[in-house]
Amino acid sequence: MAINRSVWLLAAAAAIVIAPLAIPGLGGEFKGSDDLGTEAIAQAAPDYKPWFKPLWKPPSEEVETLLFALQAAMGAGFIGYVIGRRHSLSQKPASARDNVAGR
Amino acid sequence: MHIMEGFLPVGHAIGWFAASAPFVVAGAISLKKILRERPEAKLNLAAAGAFTFVLSALKMPSVTGSCSHPTGTGLGAVVFGPAVMAVLGTIVLLFQALLIAHGGLTTLGANVFSMAIVGPWVSWAIWRGASRLGASVSVAVFLAAALGDLATYATTSVQLALAYPDPASGIPGAVLKFGGIYAVTQVPLAIAEGLLTVVVMGALSGRAGKTDEVTFLAGETI
Repeated sequence: MAINRSVWLLAAAAAIVIAPLAIPGLGGEFKGSDDLGTEAIAQAAPDYKPWFKPLWKPPSEEVETLLFALQAAMGAGFIGYVIGRRHSLSQKPASARDNVAGR
Repeated sequence: MHIMEGFLPVGHAIGWFAASAPFVVAGAISLKKILRERPEAKLNLAAAGAFTFVLSALKMPSVTGSCSHPTGTGLGAVVFGPAVMAVLGTIVLLFQALLIAHGGLTTLGANVFSMAIVGPWVSWAIWRGASRLGASVSVAVFLAAALGDLATYATTSVQLALAYPDPASGIPGAVLKFGGIYAVTQVPLAIAEGLLTVVVMGALSGRAGKTDEVTFLAGETI
């Protein structure tokens, strides 16, 4: 039952994210809100000059995408590891579980 | 919600650092205490950090025609309390500022305040409130994660409005303008984050929807 619930919740989350792409009339250019915020600043204060620059910038959008993907992959991989570990512990008898917990 | 490097005037940047610093210190103390008292919670704590790591890297399309990312701080705030998320969120924001040029060092104080402090505290307050009002674990977690996400973006809107008041309508007008860019875009993403948080919490604990789900993850019951 719990698995079933997870599937429905994930499907709903996916639908929310896909809807703006799939439904005609919704959506637009899909620029980043951070960039739009920066544009709004430029409009409100055209004379403002950023007084500090990033120490290092990814040399291209491809490299930036790589780093974002890496960030997500590392996080997701670790969460997967923790879920798998819990799952395997719950299959073992209680005595084995105590051994691991007390390590 | 990442305010870009150099885009806050010096006084604002320093002010937000000063506002965030005590929360990060308190978070470090709370983190040490949890690790000392419940070492078995270490993996779950790391998983809460990893969840923020994943979600803040995912830029998703929204109905407003722009893209934004969830924050992922609600899960850890509900399980371990809001204080520790100030530390975990700061690590994520530092990673993005240094390696992806997303956000910045001068705006770190402000970004920590919105994503790693206001968001988690709102999540925690909603979680406590909803639980007390009799909401089920899943509903309370959903509301906590979704509204904490939204609160982060509302905070960014206020931060930018304070720094860049509208020439005609002043700070209130600027709050509405930046809110239109950040907070409105965030509504559907916050709902998606709420749903995802419920699923991941269930998967991590292996006891989705049970009343002891959160205390189990926190290492308070074995």
